[in-house]
Amino acid sequence: MREKARGEADQPFRILPRITPENEHFWTGGAEDELRFKRCRSCGYYIHPPAPRCPTCLSKELEVAAVSGRATVLTYTVNHQPWIPGFPTPYVVAIVEIEEQPGLRLMTNLVNCPIDAVRIGMPVRVRFEARDGVYLPLFEPVTG
Amino acid sequence: MEILERRACITGIGQSDIGRRLHRDPLDLTLDACLAAIEDAGLRRDDIDGLATYPGNLTMPAGFSGAGVTEVQDALRLRLDWYDGGPEQPGQLGSVINACMAVACGLATHVLCFRSVFEGSAQGSRGRRGIGVDGGGGGGGFRASGFMQWSLPFGAASAANWIAMFAQRHFHEYGTTREQLAQIALNDRKNAARNPNAIYREPLTLEDYFAARMISEPFCLYDCDVPCDGATAVIVSRREAARDLRRTPIGVEAVGSAIHGRPSWDQWEELSTMALRDAGAMLWKRTDLKPADVDVAELYDGFSFIALAWLEALGFCGKGESGPFVAGGQRIALDGELPLNTQGGQLSGGRLHGYGFLHEACVQLFGEGGPRQVEGPPQVAVAAAGGGPLGGCLLLTRG
Ligand SMILES: [Zn+2]
Repeated sequence: MREKARGEADQPFRILPRITPENEHFWTGGAEDELRFKRCRSCGYYIHPPAPRCPTCLSKELEVAAVSGRATVLTYTVNHQPWIPGFPTPYVVAIVEIEEQPGLRLMTNLVNCPIDAVRIGMPVRVRFEARDGVYLPLFEPVTG
Repeated sequence: MEILERRACITGIGQSDIGRRLHRDPLDLTLDACLAAIEDAGLRRDDIDGLATYPGNLTMPAGFSGAGVTEVQDALRLRLDWYDGGPEQPGQLGSVINACMAVACGLATHVLCFRSVFEGSAQGSRGRRGIGVDGGGGGGGFRASGFMQWSLPFGAASAANWIAMFAQRHFHEYGTTREQLAQIALNDRKNAARNPNAIYREPLTLEDYFAARMISEPFCLYDCDVPCDGATAVIVSRREAARDLRRTPIGVEAVGSAIHGRPSWDQWEELSTMALRDAGAMLWKRTDLKPADVDVAELYDGFSFIALAWLEALGFCGKGESGPFVAGGQRIALDGELPLNTQGGQLSGGRLHGYGFLHEACVQLFGEGGPRQVEGPPQVAVAAAGGGPLGGCLLLTRG
């Protein structure tokens, strides 16, 4: 078995997102342990990345809504190249699909999982890593 | 519907010195390539009335753009009736597609198209850099915005990571293997041995490939192209203005510029394809020629997997079948049924960023490939560039 992907205990240096009125709900929802997206009030479509109109029905009537945090790994890569000083390798970058809506996706890190155990199709759940007021949605395997 | 790109043709090509790290003024390299192309066409610089480039003048990432429209126009004191430079195009060759349309519509007669990089020198001895990482300065308050905010916080700082995830999905859906993927790198290296301008020319074996360090699984070092310094230029001319030039021009039979899915590295719906799926499909809707008519294919391989994706997108094999298609390497070899990346691609030839493939397609159609010339000579070639949300391609004909 290779090294474990990291959890929150030993936090790597991370380049953080610039928080704006448009993305604040997403990057700070973790303070209440919620994964939040913009959602259309008219047709219920979750919108990511955030946009001022629903891309499906073009309504401007949007709200912020929390999802369950459950997701599935669509694809992943084990990164070995030290692109970012202070971000130890190897680590798993993945694209996960949020349970509530086909195509509702995030790029993320898989944590609390041996690298060799990562699989496409694996069920995962969100786990936030807090840093300077930003709550990064990472994902870990659903166990039990 | 008239296929307007057929009013355009390619009348000259040029390339600067190419090297891993030349430490030369990138504008100097750019002008070398531009003047070589003008001379190759038998034109004078006063004949150039259009200018097109990708991605225009950008200062980041380091070395990504050696010169923009402004620098080249001013350095050559060109009088332009039309120009275009920017990153939001159907891939690197989108600028050439735009030039074809400019001459077809009468906005210009002879368009100088160029792409210039100095990533080798700019990245220096530190090795290949992540995108946007330089702005971080080790935590000096830099924050990611735009698309990079969804990627950089998770350490996904390179297209190596993004494209690796497309490749991994393709492996998952179709059973594609690293041994099959390796054929792109091995074939590139074999062809590079016959190209004196290629960066890496010494033999590369499958054992070497599997012994290489991993970058972002399933990609090892040899699946990633090599940053370099160099510039490439082509002249796109209106057909009727090309009759009395030095060369028999190369015809533009059809182009592909489409993107129908979400324009994103991570939100693209069908993860085993990329935007090039739509560009490739569009190209064949604009011609009676078929994939079987193509004699040589120059397909972008900034990462090896992108060439597999282009093989499928352009119909050289079925969806999901690119792994078996390249297995063993014979089919894509210089003497195979579809010679691929005859100059060494970007993996061994150097990351000239798209334009190198168009240049090589023209070299092959002109019959000037020397030791790497495909027999025939070839009558039909395809040049394709871009991965992820970028993709554009041209079908070219001899004479
Ligand atoms: Zn809606």
